[in-house]
Amino acid sequence: MTKVAVILFPGTNCELDTVEALGNLGADAQIVWHSDSDLAGFDGVVLPGGFAHGDYLRTGAIARLSPVMKGVASMAEAGRPVLGICNGFQILCEAGLLPGGFIANRGLSFLCKWVDLEVADQGSILTAGMQRGTHLRLPLNSYEGNFVAGSREVRVVLTYRDNLNGSEHAAAAVANEAGNVVGVMPHPERASADWLGSADGNLLLGSFLQAAAA
Amino acid sequence: MAITRRPEIADPEGATVKKALTDLGYNEVSTVRFDRSITLEVEGDDANRARERAIEMCNRLLVNPVLEDYTLEVEA
Amino acid sequence: MRTEEVDLEPDEGEVLTLHARLGLTDDEYQQILHRLGREPSRSELAMYSVMWSEHCSYKSSRVHLRRFPTEAPWVVVGPGENAGVVDVGEGWLAALRIESHNHPSFVEPHEGAATGVGGIIRDIFTMGARPIALWDSLRFGPLDQPRNRYLFAGVVSGIAAYGNAVGVPTVGGELAFAEHYSDNPLVNVMCLGLLRAEDLVLATSGPPGTIAVLLGAPTGRDGIGGASILASASFDETSLEKRPSVQVGDPFAEKKLIEACLELYRRKLVVGVQDLGAAGLSCAISEPVSRSGHGITVDLDLVHTREPEMTAPELLMSESQERMMAFVHPDRVDEVIEVARRWETEASVVGEVTSSENVVVSHAGEIVVDIPAQSLTTEAPRYQRPLGEPGWMEDLWSNTIKFVAQPAIATGLLQLLAEPELGSKAWIYEQYDHMLFLNTVVGPGHDATLLRLKGTDRGLALSTDGNGRVCYLDPRRGAARLVWEAALNVAMVGAEPLAVVDNLNFGNPEKPEVMWQFRETVEGISEACEALGVPVVGGNVSFYNETDGLDIYPSPVIGMLGLVEELLLPPPRLDRAEPEMAVYLVGNEWAPNLAGSAFEKVTFGHVGGRPTGPDRAMGRAAVTAARRLAEAGIPVLHDVSMGGSGLALAEICIASGVGASVAYSDWRFLFSEDPHRFLAVAPAVADDTITALCSEVGVPFLRIGTMGGDAIVFDRGGVRAAVDLTLATETWRKALPEHLRN
Repeated sequence: MTKVAVILFPGTNCELDTVEALGNLGADAQIVWHSDSDLAGFDGVVLPGGFAHGDYLRTGAIARLSPVMKGVASMAEAGRPVLGICNGFQILCEAGLLPGGFIANRGLSFLCKWVDLEVADQGSILTAGMQRGTHLRLPLNSYEGNFVAGSREVRVVLTYRDNLNGSEHAAAAVANEAGNVVGVMPHPERASADWLGSADGNLLLGSFLQAAAA
Repeated sequence: MAITRRPEIADPEGATVKKALTDLGYNEVSTVRFDRSITLEVEGDDANRARERAIEMCNRLLVNPVLEDYTLEVEA
Repeated sequence: MRTEEVDLEPDEGEVLTLHARLGLTDDEYQQILHRLGREPSRSELAMYSVMWSEHCSYKSSRVHLRRFPTEAPWVVVGPGENAGVVDVGEGWLAALRIESHNHPSFVEPHEGAATGVGGIIRDIFTMGARPIALWDSLRFGPLDQPRNRYLFAGVVSGIAAYGNAVGVPTVGGELAFAEHYSDNPLVNVMCLGLLRAEDLVLATSGPPGTIAVLLGAPTGRDGIGGASILASASFDETSLEKRPSVQVGDPFAEKKLIEACLELYRRKLVVGVQDLGAAGLSCAISEPVSRSGHGITVDLDLVHTREPEMTAPELLMSESQERMMAFVHPDRVDEVIEVARRWETEASVVGEVTSSENVVVSHAGEIVVDIPAQSLTTEAPRYQRPLGEPGWMEDLWSNTIKFVAQPAIATGLLQLLAEPELGSKAWIYEQYDHMLFLNTVVGPGHDATLLRLKGTDRGLALSTDGNGRVCYLDPRRGAARLVWEAALNVAMVGAEPLAVVDNLNFGNPEKPEVMWQFRETVEGISEACEALGVPVVGGNVSFYNETDGLDIYPSPVIGMLGLVEELLLPPPRLDRAEPEMAVYLVGNEWAPNLAGSAFEKVTFGHVGGRPTGPDRAMGRAAVTAARRLAEAGIPVLHDVSMGGSGLALAEICIASGVGASVAYSDWRFLFSEDPHRFLAVAPAVADDTITALCSEVGVPFLRIGTMGGDAIVFDRGGVRAAVDLTLATETWRKALPEHLRN
């Protein structure tokens, strides 16, 4: 069974949902506390959403210093799949494992809302084998969801059809050059059943799990 | 204008960042406070009037008197 | 700047005595002298002032609250604990509580609302439950006044900032506006938690020798006197100077505290817990030992503090947030401290339960408090305040509008849709995480929220309901109708009503008219709950909601929990109507009555007349019919409440993106808000089911029209009033944002 580490920082709150959604897809997802630095034995790692360290100072700024981030960096380097969702995406950017960073949404308010996305790159662990232009529906849930690339090249994996938070390149998900480290701002685990509003998140998490199994 | 949190008001962000700094070994840090500063560029040549108007702006909008104090500097 | 009210030092030339400055009356002070047989110390007086405050002692309301029916086989914990707890099946218990944070939200809307959220969440996890959802019930003055816009935006941002970060989704609520709330907004927050039956924790101290461990944020000079002064007195112009009492919330600290406490419960490391809210440490050390009939010794020097040199009264009265008192067997203290440390939460051993009956507190090596625990709690004053029917009721009831002609229906409906109270609330709930935990089957924007009970086939439905206008016109009928409406709301998603919590927001209890409104309200809630067979399992009373002598509308808010035995996916929703489906009006046909309706208020600026009272038999039948129709798979069920059946139909059309055409006889039926009625929308094949079911239950029903087209059409004998669906949708969508932009 594919073994996935779901990292828990103080202030993280989407860990249980992420474990549940991955479990529904057949994975063995386990919660790993942020002070453990060793991720040996895991096939992939997810940094779930929430407010690690209260989002104080800057989102992700304190979480980046946690011992577990050494393990996450080793996984990334070894080519294992690393997925950051929402706050996890912000942490990966702060840690330098993904380019860019985040500022407050264009409308300056928190946004919890379903959004329409398109696959822009089928080469990442999140979107492997999916057609470019495939339409997906996931919920956003963030205040600092406005992606800023700066002057850097970024590999955009998913784009917003309606760019509500004002992200550069309308980027909803971004990958590193190798495609094994991906950050996604909307929540795939929240789109894991039709009765929740959409099951499209399972396509993305399924792709992640396939990469982890490989 | 420098806007500071009133001393009796809790500063959870400061307390959290202080702990992070301590964890990194900066034991000499005893307090971290998150304050704000606002710079206004205003037209006119009367510094006193500018100060009075700025105080009014602080009291009416810029400063939350429940949580914050402020000090003001006027530069020509 | 510190205000006089919180200044505990003697003040030259100060006219008021210390006890008066702390909010105690002369009579109450005499009572203390008599009980102790001596002058109380400063610290003792501080404790009495917070524990005997209206907010903590319920001294004006207690004699009336006894009226509530509180028992049912499924009630595990009734009123009096931190939250009510009911059995929802398969080993699961639900903990439910509602509480107000009205005055703090007026003084500082963002932090006031945020700390209100933090407080109600603590009440839930104090019971051993994981908090899983929040609802907020908000009332403000009209948004055309800048101060009201500021309060409204601040409260919403405070709820969002705290609720989102602490990781408890805000999944529903309600919103109303009236001039009476201009200087006294109402911020009521309800929280639901879930726990396994074996994990229930109560706020008791355990036997002598049990150790008191203070967990969570350090104690500072926050909110000193909040309960005695801010929450238990009326407002006037000097109120803004009471600002230093307001606390700052730290959702991150609360999140860590939740996880630490849940781990303590899971590992059975505590015998009881009490959260620190209003009255802070004073309450947390006295109530648990008072419940178990013991005493306690506490050393204030051991309390972890944020500020240096805090005095004993300050430590006892501080309302610093995110703190919890755990009562721990002496052998388990080290483990408790270890769990707290791992969750990066501070913990201090501060006291020990004793076999005496006294609370004994020391500070800087001196005994500063030595008083009987019961004298702070069960022996707190209780008042049978004078009450009398207001002289204005007869005038109100006879003040009705005589309509000489039918008003323009389409215009009337558009005006309703443009009201911020009635239009879309998306501007609010899109700022709240309403999806966390993957339980939200039906979220905000519906009659009730429907949550799945994870790991079972069951569902929990919850609704919060208030209506100040109708309660003002007839407090007893109004309050009873709220209970019935809440019951019908949870039935809309297939639930059977199970338990009620209430938040009673009223004016100054020292006015007989206000106490009469209060008594009538309690009576109305009790009558309706008895008829439904639903117990009241908890509540909160907020008095002194007046500013400069103007009392708010009597504003009870009802929170209803309902249980769905077998969750049907998808459940009935407003957005499931399709062209060709038939529209039914289910429920009683009353003599048309627009008293207290949104239509009269919005169209004519009128609030008068006597609202229709509820009907026990019809109310019960409507709830049963709705629940059974939901179980039968009817795709759309929608309660007729504010705005009448006309607005209810429009809401279905807007949510589903499809028009409708319905017939009516008397235009007043379109806007009447009389109780026990709802709309059902179903495909033609379901006609037999609806007919059979409603006949069997004994509820009148009428097929009034059909879905389809791109307009909402009301037809009387071929004379049609139509509202374009796109226009209706835009008007409804912009209602709130437009008013905020002014």
